[in-house]
Amino acid sequence: MRAIETITGRVSVLNRDDIDTDQIIPKQFLKRVERTGFGEFLFYDWAKEPGWELPRNPILVAGRNFGCGSSREHAPWALEDYGFQAVVAPSFGDIFRNNCTKIGLLPIALDADACAAVAQAREAQVDLREQEVRWPGGSARFEIDPETKHRLLNGLDDIALTLAQADAIESFEHDRERSGPVTTAL
Amino acid sequence: MPETLFDKIWNRHEVAPGLVYIDLHLVHEVTSPQAFDGLRLAGRRVRRPDRTLATADHNVPTDGTPVAQRIKDELSRVQVQTLERNCAEFAIPVYSLGSDHQGIVHVIGPELGVTQPGMTIVCGDSHTATHGAFGALAIGIGTSEVEHVLATQCLVQAKPKSMRIRYEGDTGFGVTAKDLILATIGQMGVDGAVGHVVEYAGPAIKSLSMEGRMTVCNMTIEGGGRAGMVAPDETTFEWVIGRPGAPGEVPDEWRELRTDPDASFDREITVDASAISPMVTWGTTPGMVVPVTEAVPEPGSEQDERALHYMGLEPGTPMQEIKLDRVFIGSCTNSRIGDLRAAAAVVEGHKASSDLYAMVVPGSQQVKVQAEREGLDEVFRRAGFDWRGAGCSMCLGMNPDIAAPQERVASTSNRNFEGRQGRGARSHLVSPQMAAAAAIEGHFVDIRGWEG
Repeated sequence: MRAIETITGRVSVLNRDDIDTDQIIPKQFLKRVERTGFGEFLFYDWAKEPGWELPRNPILVAGRNFGCGSSREHAPWALEDYGFQAVVAPSFGDIFRNNCTKIGLLPIALDADACAAVAQAREAQVDLREQEVRWPGGSARFEIDPETKHRLLNGLDDIALTLAQADAIESFEHDRERSGPVTTAL
Repeated sequence: MPETLFDKIWNRHEVAPGLVYIDLHLVHEVTSPQAFDGLRLAGRRVRRPDRTLATADHNVPTDGTPVAQRIKDELSRVQVQTLERNCAEFAIPVYSLGSDHQGIVHVIGPELGVTQPGMTIVCGDSHTATHGAFGALAIGIGTSEVEHVLATQCLVQAKPKSMRIRYEGDTGFGVTAKDLILATIGQMGVDGAVGHVVEYAGPAIKSLSMEGRMTVCNMTIEGGGRAGMVAPDETTFEWVIGRPGAPGEVPDEWRELRTDPDASFDREITVDASAISPMVTWGTTPGMVVPVTEAVPEPGSEQDERALHYMGLEPGTPMQEIKLDRVFIGSCTNSRIGDLRAAAAVVEGHKASSDLYAMVVPGSQQVKVQAEREGLDEVFRRAGFDWRGAGCSMCLGMNPDIAAPQERVASTSNRNFEGRQGRGARSHLVSPQMAAAAAIEGHFVDIRGWEG
């Protein structure tokens, strides 16, 4: 994963609440076994509606509870493949938010007023180190889990980090692992 | 210090701060191929194949297709065969087409007895919370996390907050687990439990069967919750003990799996169970829901207006006047033997309306066999219902079972999102009993007053 410090650029706006991952990437595209190429199917059905406009910018501002629903990581893959590097919204679905941080797509929760200001400003900068979003005429601080921040700032591989704790995992398995169920014995 | 059920399970599985050991990793064909690719690219192995179990469900045709090679849709076939190949390569047991154990991942885990109290369980699927019905901590994850768990048997996870939803009073006649959870989501909103692990409590939960508890926990994600759980009790133990993956008798530690009396939650809400009626969704989120006795509500927001337009509904229309084109009984929410028995009891001696197509999709091969042993398939067939093979079916339309644009569906599944059951399809979420009665009448009816 590439390291992230700042994301700067124009803002696309999708002012709807409760946008679920079924809308972000509909089910028929989940049959692919690859990880790339989902961008062209982003918001596949909505994109056919008259008046739909979603420029390929680095930053997306959306409504409350963005990414609710299914766990499909295809949703962040599609957003990232389309060109988005950060999504700013008042709140996110938990699994979606986790999935984003795993691939280096920044989910930034700001209050609704700040989201509206970013949307109106049409351009912004996300500064991960300072945990701040800045736009012409304003700025707002955002929260991020310190471990996640460290990983994103340094572009670290989650699995390699955990495997570095192999001793702790082994001693857990040795001392504390519950007996069964053994799936290979069914 | 007093602990919640969630605290107890969490503390017993924390390998290091923010790193949780996973007792069971369930895998299906949709969210795993890229994870296995990642392992291969990095030259990593699966740490614990013996704690991992795979099945094919989302893409499976329900027409009795006997083996993956015979799936007609090429992409679906490739995805299922990729799962089979990956599991063979990494020595993971897999129940694909043709296996007696194949079925929806959240149905087969419990029925095989590998879902047990006190466990940590993950699956690359948002409905993983289903397993919390057994007093397990069951979390839905994405593909990167699937890869992480395959490689390390651990999940990186900051501890979520805790929440208790307490039901007061008893549910009335004709009110099911599905109605409880739909009403709860209607009350707290589709993001009401975001960031929280939810414990469901109270007499209305305690009196539910395991199937009912699974239905409630299954839809935790529809209220935004990270996981849902119910403290295990005799009902749980009786259900689990003796199943293939389960112990022969109740381990002592299972009896300690409950929230201590003085433990505190980050958040608590109360739901009046006695006030809940059979529920029907009218919109495009599970929170857009009303009692069947009410009418389509006036829109309160732009989102509501959009939903009404999509659903082709006028405010003020009584829910019981909404005519249906399809009825779907199935999905990880409501496809277990108890669900099918309940639906069959409603259907017995009646005929499905000739205006609609009704289908019943058992959640697993084992549920199918059991139902057929009890003659439920005949009850449904005689009534004009289509009796299908096991799979996710029309819950999400990744297989041939989809609704046509504008078709109106009464569905026992969990999501009424736009396009979920087919592009332009209009989904109404209900209980199996309500779906069965609606199939007979051709429109929604209040099951409490319905005499057939």
